Amino acid sequence: MSKDIKSREILVCCGTGCVSAKSDQILDKLKKYTSNKPVKIKPIGCHGFCQQGPLVISEPDGIFYCNITNDDVEEIVNSHIERKKPVERLFYLDPITGKTIPHYKDIKFYKEQKRLILRNCGHINPEEIDEYTESGGYQAARKALNEMRPEDILMMIKKSSLRGLGGAGFPTGLKWEFCYNAKADEKYVICNGDEGDPGSFQDMSVFEGVPHSVIEGMIIAGKTIGANKGYIYVRAEYPLAIKRLKIAIMQAQEKAFLGKNILGSKYCFDIEIFQGAGAFVCGEETALINSIEGKRGTPRQRPPFPAESGLWGKPTLINNVKTLASVANIINNGAEWFNKIGTNTSKGTAIFSLTGEAANCGLVEVPMGMTLREIIFEIGGGTIDNKKFKALHIGGPSGGCLPESLLDIKVDFDSLKKAGAMMGSGGMVVMDETTCMVDVAKYFLDFTQKESCGDCNPCRLGTKQMLDILNDIVEGKGKPEDIDLLSYLSESVKTGSLCGLGQTAPNPVITTLKYFRDEYEEHVNKKLCRAKKCKALISYYINPDKCTGCHICFKNCPDNAISGEAKKTHEINQDKCTRCGICFEKCPPKFNAIECYPGKI
Amino acid sequence: MLVMKEKLGIILSSFSGEGRELIPVLQKVQDEMGYLSPEAMLYAAEFLKIPPSNVFGVASFYEQFRFSPVGKKMVMVCQGTACHVKGAEKVMNEISRHIGIKKGQTSEDMEYTLKGVTCIGCCALAPCITINDDVHGRLTPKLIEKLFIKKPVNKKTNE
Repeated sequence: MSKDIKSREILVCCGTGCVSAKSDQILDKLKKYTSNKPVKIKPIGCHGFCQQGPLVISEPDGIFYCNITNDDVEEIVNSHIERKKPVERLFYLDPITGKTIPHYKDIKFYKEQKRLILRNCGHINPEEIDEYTESGGYQAARKALNEMRPEDILMMIKKSSLRGLGGAGFPTGLKWEFCYNAKADEKYVICNGDEGDPGSFQDMSVFEGVPHSVIEGMIIAGKTIGANKGYIYVRAEYPLAIKRLKIAIMQAQEKAFLGKNILGSKYCFDIEIFQGAGAFVCGEETALINSIEGKRGTPRQRPPFPAESGLWGKPTLINNVKTLASVANIINNGAEWFNKIGTNTSKGTAIFSLTGEAANCGLVEVPMGMTLREIIFEIGGGTIDNKKFKALHIGGPSGGCLPESLLDIKVDFDSLKKAGAMMGSGGMVVMDETTCMVDVAKYFLDFTQKESCGDCNPCRLGTKQMLDILNDIVEGKGKPEDIDLLSYLSESVKTGSLCGLGQTAPNPVITTLKYFRDEYEEHVNKKLCRAKKCKALISYYINPDKCTGCHICFKNCPDNAISGEAKKTHEINQDKCTRCGICFEKCPPKFNAIECYPGKI
Repeated sequence: MLVMKEKLGIILSSFSGEGRELIPVLQKVQDEMGYLSPEAMLYAAEFLKIPPSNVFGVASFYEQFRFSPVGKKMVMVCQGTACHVKGAEKVMNEISRHIGIKKGQTSEDMEYTLKGVTCIGCCALAPCITINDDVHGRLTPKLIEKLFIKKPVNKKTNE
């Protein structure tokens, strides 16, 4: 068998997104159909283009099949694998040119990206440690353990200017140095994978796609600060990530990358998984520590900082998943290499999950310094159906909504902060004209208010008051003075809260007030919602010119609000109507007789 | 109660009984029993040598823990940002209409429990839900109808 044939591989994306579209069944069927053929079928972590999933990729030629179903498997086997004839009908269709694109590297979504942290994600089988080592994995750990002193590693990380990718952007080298300098008999390394921000899945994808890169980063961090024990804190809502991490840790132990005397050195290090039990505030490092200790996840007063007194009162280094996954790259390629990527103040790459109304949703890694516009319109392909872009929400409940006029700012920690948003853990939600900005602010406040641990008053009471006002506004009970009151309360909660949750919770409100104040004013003064989202501020109406009296809306209305005889024009009783929208959905498209209006009729 | 104690004893046999294990212990109990009953929490307190108030304090803090039994099918509607923007509320209302219970409730026949969840990480397939371990994405009213309306028995297959 020639080497060329031997190395042929068919990769099936088995990230959570594709698995939910049944890619696991595709994988099994492909394996079954090719059991006697010279081709390797393997599952991979998130390949990125979730929107087009399930994805099947052929390597080394890079042929990219999207939206695959179980029924397509036979054709792929018969045509592509047997006769080396790619199946054209399964190629990606460029929505702009209308032409098919066979190789993923030519697709715009991939072309503009720079994959460093995700270098191996979507290429190797995450459940096979050998695939990771064969692609250069654990070389950095080997180098750090056998050739470098802790001070050397520290110097390299500091020189690289890597900043914490969990969102706040604290210099990683400095954090490591604090822990290195702390004197104690025991120290800990914690990987913060409590990705609680709704609308982001980057940490999950790193765990699912390249779990060993996190483990490798933790080994190096542990050796540097002098810790022998690490914890990976991962959300229980990510069952697949937990499963793959468990396998990865077990395999790393078997290969002596974890355990006693790692790789023949004197250094011992082991990792335990801790499953978070569902509390957003546990993403805050001191709350996370309390949670591991078996307590309620409330933040601690700082100082002392975890670097001095963290888990069980010992010096503790807490880094985000992506920060740790960046470490091996820096050790392998050097600080100068890393320094060349990114902007003056933010080096390296950032991973975003691009979602919402973007035409191309998925997992995206770009160099710092790329503009938001490039990410949304080049990689993301703009909005679905070319609807009018309204806002980009970035940074989860702690982040903010940016209008179109700010899309030329560059992605880095400082520019985003200046605009009122933040990097956060990297959720990017594209919103078009059908999204109501007041509703979005309410949505986030509703979330943070529920997730507030209740320890400090400004956060517990302030978010509740803000939410009450926002609820009034979307229910049509808003008063003109509410808008200024909201703005005043936002500042109070921001300055008065103990931890990051409260300090950033008002951000969605502050930014929407700043950039979309006219929408608030419309809700309050004109009692209308232009996006037609807020039920109390819209009305449904049957267009008599279009209604044929088919009676479908009449039959489906749960509130008996529609009257009319068969074959005659129907009418909606506005007093009875609860604006559930069922009639709007049910009216056959050929008639389209039901219309929705902003405001009350 | 005795049977319950024995059962809990077996469930927790892999733990050493230290207070720090509280959260994994509660997770394990809930995994096996479906929910945290008062008896189970009292047992956990005794097992870990910590006050019952601590156990309840921690259990009630975290979203994951529940204190009543759940239906055979646990339906979780994702309410993450992407899903919210793409109509998670409508999805919740539609499902609620089909199975006749509201968010947070369990049906009387113990068939369904309907819950909201912050984010399950399938944002690119929004709006999505999970039914037990299965994720269903890109939901439309039609798909929801398919998932939740009992299929009429096809007479031909009975022949």
